[in-house]
Amino acid sequence: AARGCGGIWRQARQRGAGWPGPGPGPFPRRQRAVAYNARGGAVPAGKSGLAPWVPVVGLEIHAQISSNSKLFSGSQVQFAAPPNSLVSFFDASLPGTLPVLNRRCVEAAVMTGLALNCSINKKSLFDRKHYFYADLPAGYQITQQRVPIAVNGSLSYSLCIDKKMSQMVTKTVRIKQIQLEQDSGKSLHDDTRSQTLVDLNRAGVGLMEVVMEPDMCCGEEAAAAVRELQLILQTLGSSQAVMAEGQLRVDANVSVHLPGEPYGVRTEVKNINSIRFLAKAVDYEIQRQIEELENGGTILNETRAFDSKLGCTVPMRDKEGKQDYRFMPEPNLPPLILYDAKSLPANMNHQQVINIDWIHERLPDLPSVKREKLVEQYGILPEHSFTLLNEDGLAEFFESVVKQTQMKPKKVIGWILNDLLSYLKQHSLTVKESPVSSFLLADLLNLLEKKEISSTAAKQVLAELWKGEGKTPLEIVKEQKLELLQDQKELEQICQAVIDGQENE
Amino acid sequence: QKVSVEVLDHLEHLALVDFRDSEGVERLQKAIQFADQLHEVNTEGVEPMDSVLEDRCLYLREDDVTEGNCTKELLENAREKVEEYFVAPPGNIPLPKLDERETFLQGS
Repeated sequence: AARGCGGIWRQARQRGAGWPGPGPGPFPRRQRAVAYNARGGAVPAGKSGLAPWVPVVGLEIHAQISSNSKLFSGSQVQFAAPPNSLVSFFDASLPGTLPVLNRRCVEAAVMTGLALNCSINKKSLFDRKHYFYADLPAGYQITQQRVPIAVNGSLSYSLCIDKKMSQMVTKTVRIKQIQLEQDSGKSLHDDTRSQTLVDLNRAGVGLMEVVMEPDMCCGEEAAAAVRELQLILQTLGSSQAVMAEGQLRVDANVSVHLPGEPYGVRTEVKNINSIRFLAKAVDYEIQRQIEELENGGTILNETRAFDSKLGCTVPMRDKEGKQDYRFMPEPNLPPLILYDAKSLPANMNHQQVINIDWIHERLPDLPSVKREKLVEQYGILPEHSFTLLNEDGLAEFFESVVKQTQMKPKKVIGWILNDLLSYLKQHSLTVKESPVSSFLLADLLNLLEKKEISSTAAKQVLAELWKGEGKTPLEIVKEQKLELLQDQKELEQICQAVIDGQENE
Repeated sequence: QKVSVEVLDHLEHLALVDFRDSEGVERLQKAIQFADQLHEVNTEGVEPMDSVLEDRCLYLREDDVTEGNCTKELLENAREKVEEYFVAPPGNIPLPKLDERETFLQGS
């Protein structure tokens, strides 16, 4: 498998159990090696004279807006409610109903656009995208195809280049645009009775579609970019971005080509349910396309679904050729006009005005800024602050411990990342669920700092604290007699006793 | 200029209309001719209009929950339902290809 784009991409010719179809496969038994530099540019493989493929990965991400009500109606936004209970007449597309835009959704999109360094379009338009599906009662989705709310931004993310040396490298992916659009309802396929059950609770929920340019070259980059976007959205509060609840959905566009040649035909990969699977799906698809092309085959411009059980992508049924969405302007919605400090109209109702500058001034510190501040303030390494922010609540935990202990932050971080975090991971717990509070850990570290116990003893105490039996570190130290002896005379007596014991043998 | 069979077939697939016979196609032709009169107007340098409402102010609603909770009413419209779900066919059933379906378009 690829080890980041600075590594070697090997063509594995062994066919495992997951390969569709019987037999070892039609490929020749040679191994092929491909090398890329960190920018995803291919480097000739040298003596072997083998083909250096350049993979190209772009992403379309749909993030559900965190709001009380839907994008164009007043029904509630909530995960897991009785079917069709959060549906208004508009959401069900009953005749005579009209869309009414939710202010909060616009603010969420502006915040996200600003955080991603986009230009906010002061005038954006709504369009209808037509297609037939049971969970789209209107037969069209209201989206922003012609002029979206934000364009031309960028997202910077970090990758661990060499796990041993903990070297991190920063990459950037361009954001083509961000648009507001409606979510569709949910279809439950009942194959036994040959029918589909439709729940419209999700129909009409606000989405921000973030389109990333094809600047990535492998699964690891795609995963890192999405992870950073997820953290940004969660920091802004514009989306809770929990993939497991469908609040963040990613479709990957993958193609490969030879250096110097134009981009190859791309496939779209859907049904990716976690960041881990995103990396797998992208890498699998790149490999599949390379093998197909090296075998003299062609790549179809198709939509494929990722099968997480088999770890491969399969063609999706139901996509009969290219879709013609017949985009048209949404006749029931005038253009969305946004203002800034300069263009603010004097005599308009405040509630009807969205001021981009006002929102900009109130943006919270983004993850990249928070990481820098942690490094500056506490003298920890960039990789450390990266891990702190990667675990929900860990940065706050760390800062809380630092406040309560005399131990230097550079030492505290070791206990947080090596000991606490590994315990949490072993037991699949979140920081919030930790049986060891920041108070208890600080208490323990203070004992260590004051040299009342050794660091080995401290680890023992931590193991005991982990049981969550309510004992304090001091109590455990006393119980297990882990105190470091400070008395010179007592130490001399013990040493003498040991020496005496040896002489008697 | 007549509308080609390919376009008519494409429209039948997309919009699920059924032109049914030459009269249906003729009606479409006439509608297109009628709309084509717009080309007689010189629109050079004029921004296309989206709708007669495009100068209006887009109203922004506060993010409050004011609707929903009418499952029973909504399901009254459903021909079939299963435990408060709407029932639909298993998937989109695409229109058969031109040479595989009975349509007068074939003869054109």
